[in-house]
Amino acid sequence: MTKAGPASVEFRNVSMRYGAVTAVDNVSFSIEAGKLVTLLGPSGCGKTTTLRMIAGLEIASEGQIMIGGKDVTRLSAADRDVSMVFQSYALFPHMSVIENAAYGPTVKGLGKEVARDMAMSKLELVGLKGFENRFPSELSGGQQQRVAVARALVLEPQVLLFDEPLSNLDAKLRRRVREEIRELQQDLNLTVAYVTHDQEEALAVSDRIIVMSNARIAQEGAPRDLYEQPANAFVADFIGDANLIDVTVKSVADGRAEVAIGPVSVPMPARGLGIGPAKVAVRPESLLIGHEADAMALPGTIKKCAYLGNHLDIMVSTAVGELFVIQYGARDMLEPGMPVWLSFAKSGVTLIPPV
Amino acid sequence: MRAATKLALLLGWLGYALLPWYFVEGMSLTEFGWLAGYPLGKAGSALVLALSGQAPWLLPIGVALVAATAVMSSRDTPRVATVLVWAGLAGMVLFFAQGFAIALENQGIPWLAVLLGGSGATQRGMGAGGFLAILSLLLLLCHGLAYRGVCRGDLFTTSSIGIVILLIGLFIFFPVATILRSALVDQAGAFAPSAFVARFFDSSIWGLGCLSANVNCGVAWNTLVLAVLTGVITTLLGLACALLILRTGMPGKRVMRALTVLPIITPPFVIGLALILLFGRAGLVSSLLYEWFDVPRSRWLYGLPGILLAQVLAFAPIAFLVLIGVVQGISPSLEEASQTLGAKRWQTFSTVTWPLLRPGIANAFLLGFVESMADFGNPLVLGGNFEVLSTKIFFAVVGAAYNQGQAAVLAIVLLAFTLGAFWIQQRWLGNKSYTTLTGKGDAGLPTPLPRRVQWLAGLVIVPWVALTFIIYLVILMGGFVKTMGRDHTPTLEHYRTGFAIDFSRGIFFEGAAWNSFFTTLKVAAISAPLTAIIGLLTAYLLTRQNFRGRSSLEFATMLSFAIPGTVLGVAYILAFNVPPIEITGTGLILIIAFVFRNMPVGVRSGIAGLSQIDKSLDEASTTLRARSFTTLWRVVLPLLRPALVAALVYSFVRSMTAVSAVIFLVSAEYNLATAYIVGRVEAGEFGLAIAYSSVLIVVMAIGIGLIQLGVGERKLGRRKVVALSSSVSDPINQGAVS
Repeated sequence: MTKAGPASVEFRNVSMRYGAVTAVDNVSFSIEAGKLVTLLGPSGCGKTTTLRMIAGLEIASEGQIMIGGKDVTRLSAADRDVSMVFQSYALFPHMSVIENAAYGPTVKGLGKEVARDMAMSKLELVGLKGFENRFPSELSGGQQQRVAVARALVLEPQVLLFDEPLSNLDAKLRRRVREEIRELQQDLNLTVAYVTHDQEEALAVSDRIIVMSNARIAQEGAPRDLYEQPANAFVADFIGDANLIDVTVKSVADGRAEVAIGPVSVPMPARGLGIGPAKVAVRPESLLIGHEADAMALPGTIKKCAYLGNHLDIMVSTAVGELFVIQYGARDMLEPGMPVWLSFAKSGVTLIPPV
Repeated sequence: MRAATKLALLLGWLGYALLPWYFVEGMSLTEFGWLAGYPLGKAGSALVLALSGQAPWLLPIGVALVAATAVMSSRDTPRVATVLVWAGLAGMVLFFAQGFAIALENQGIPWLAVLLGGSGATQRGMGAGGFLAILSLLLLLCHGLAYRGVCRGDLFTTSSIGIVILLIGLFIFFPVATILRSALVDQAGAFAPSAFVARFFDSSIWGLGCLSANVNCGVAWNTLVLAVLTGVITTLLGLACALLILRTGMPGKRVMRALTVLPIITPPFVIGLALILLFGRAGLVSSLLYEWFDVPRSRWLYGLPGILLAQVLAFAPIAFLVLIGVVQGISPSLEEASQTLGAKRWQTFSTVTWPLLRPGIANAFLLGFVESMADFGNPLVLGGNFEVLSTKIFFAVVGAAYNQGQAAVLAIVLLAFTLGAFWIQQRWLGNKSYTTLTGKGDAGLPTPLPRRVQWLAGLVIVPWVALTFIIYLVILMGGFVKTMGRDHTPTLEHYRTGFAIDFSRGIFFEGAAWNSFFTTLKVAAISAPLTAIIGLLTAYLLTRQNFRGRSSLEFATMLSFAIPGTVLGVAYILAFNVPPIEITGTGLILIIAFVFRNMPVGVRSGIAGLSQIDKSLDEASTTLRARSFTTLWRVVLPLLRPALVAALVYSFVRSMTAVSAVIFLVSAEYNLATAYIVGRVEAGEFGLAIAYSSVLIVVMAIGIGLIQLGVGERKLGRRKVVALSSSVSDPINQGAVS
């Protein structure tokens, strides 16, 4: 059987409304063929609805959805060449592993033998050879997840969708499975849309990330861009930790701004902002703690200090509010009340618009 | 046009051009006398009848089919959709228009008949041809809608919705509407609202004479008082029993469980019958009391006390089933929390346990109330001069003073009562979560009952359980003695009368009961799977598909719950006695009555079953390219097996035990076991009646066993999910009216 291979996905001004509630509001984006794109955001931001619209499980209220350049907006899920791995895995409890995996080709009418062979090859791929006659209830969570992946892969869909696939696994297993998913995607050259609310997971597996907030896209880009160049306070805060500080831009020259953070003045890239109020997102590891008075540094006092194995979590109260600082390596604990001076590292300090 | 649509079209032509359009009496597959004159004559096909000018009003229906056929090979989907929608819609409208406009002489709608070119003409009820034609037109309409993108273009979904709506409309709404219409016309058939008002406020319904003078009260009050008493007493008994079983070390849990199955397989009037044999004027106990203590024989049993006793015995197990669920649902940790906060046993009971029980108690009460309202068998057997609505309706239809209008008015009153109770139940309890089950393991131990409550409960239920045992003993023994209460010589005479088989010339079923027995089995066996299919399909549509008007459909199915059997029986006889659907006196009407009487149970058990199946399983199947029918068949149905069993068992059993609806619908040719037994009771042949009843009970027990074996258990890995013990009894838990 010849397959179409991976296909691109494109959303053009797509909205989804349930009565008065707008779950997805005028969203446009595209996913290139053969790439893994993550839809990232807090719960209720519309990411799962977006994914279900790609699958055809929800029909968009407005806009156009294209898969492989073909308009599929009104097509039902059964007519789209898309498969999905569900959060709950949705394995059919009354069917064995092989019957689950062979379900797609079976209902397509490909014949028992063909369906079985196709299913076996995918089960082998996910490392479940030898488990084919078990029932889902007899497998561990990780194994069930692999069955779900194998079942979704069997028809070699143009687009593969993952809806929070790791949320039912324990923390250690998560890291391994997400690497496996990424490897599988790259080896088989699949177009994958992947929904998660875990930013670390998103950074680890994605070619690109689409951050969603309140039914809209907050920012999209490569993982590194999002972390280092957040477009707004929401993205800065959601991807990694960030201290958001109200500041004033004093002057801009040659694309560099002179920014007043409390009593100190710090130069940084202007990123198109002009003179006036703004915000600065500072990563906790980009605040450096000094123990001697420094005119270029922000004075403060230690509020709390917690030991977390490979790093210290420190709260420092300053003129611009309480700041969260991380110190890596085996450092000494800092006593509350101790005066410190915070200076800013070269990276991890980003100017963002005030709202 | 897809293949399925072509098939629907083919069906339409089959019905229109080939099959007899009208219902032919005396149709058989071995003798073909009824075919005389085909394709003209009484077995003629619509096409020929229309073209020959005998029934020109049938021609437009054919035109609709021609229109649909014209676009058969078109690839222009939007155009095909439009043509199908309009052809189907117009065809259906014309179909019903001619059916209702042109009926028997002096019936129908004259002005519409003139319009359709059938002025003054008459026609008989629709038959197989008409049925196929309307089915085909409906399917064409639904397919057309699907081509337009309704329900995501799924033919199966739109077609099922269409079929379910048509069936409910024809067999629930149309009969009930007919009752309303009959109530508004006088004996001659003219519109007479004043007659309705007069009948409605008649003192025989609402009179309060019994309070002041020595006359009978209105039948509505009788019914109401009886229902309230039954509701209260059954609830108290059920509660006492549930508390004792769950909260004390009382032995007999199994016995009580078994006791709850009995009312399911016992025809409702059998309890009344057994009571007559025990406490009637010539009953066993009455005789003993007379001989030993000189207590005079009396007729105290006939009237309110007797009916009440019978209904309490019959319906208390249902209340018990409801309440045991509620008591089990109260998490012990709540009571333990109360105790750790320093509350005494009695304080815990009155401040924590009781308030949590209250909604469940209200539910049990309403169930008993509605069951009592709808009960027909016991009041018929034990009523005496004490009339209730259901029996009065019966006598208004079959009695000497045939009064269709009065029957309709009484049916409306009864319907209003049950709908009211049902409405309260839905409104008040529908959205209240009154169990505190969380799905988390709750390790606590339930608090033992306070001593006072224990004593009280024990005092109440011991006589009840004892009486129930005696009653079933009487039912089983009664058939083997000459005359219960008078002559206890063992005999097989009753069984011989009913169930003798003559082996002298092959097998000849000689007994008087065989005919009705076989009819009952046949009708129950045919209607049970139909009920299950329609019920589960409706449940699937209601829970898993999104379409406009879904909530109305849900409301309609729920409504059919609250229609008492007597009302449905009257409605059917009024609605289906005349064309266009003229099926009274056939076996078909019995099957249809059972299907739509029991459908709500199928719907409920389907909804309950589906709610346990995660929706993502359906979605997973859909994303793997399965259409909704494939999903239903391969994923939902296998997982729905327990619900399927419940629906099958329950509709089978109810078909065998039902009296109220079918007593209007049976005929000499198609008599049913229960109707036959009621006839024996009225003729005073108690021996045969009781023997037949026990045969029924045994047969039903066997039937339940067979169905359980046949459908089997749900296979989920090596763990067997044994859901039967609860699922069989579950619909009782939920079913409202019998």
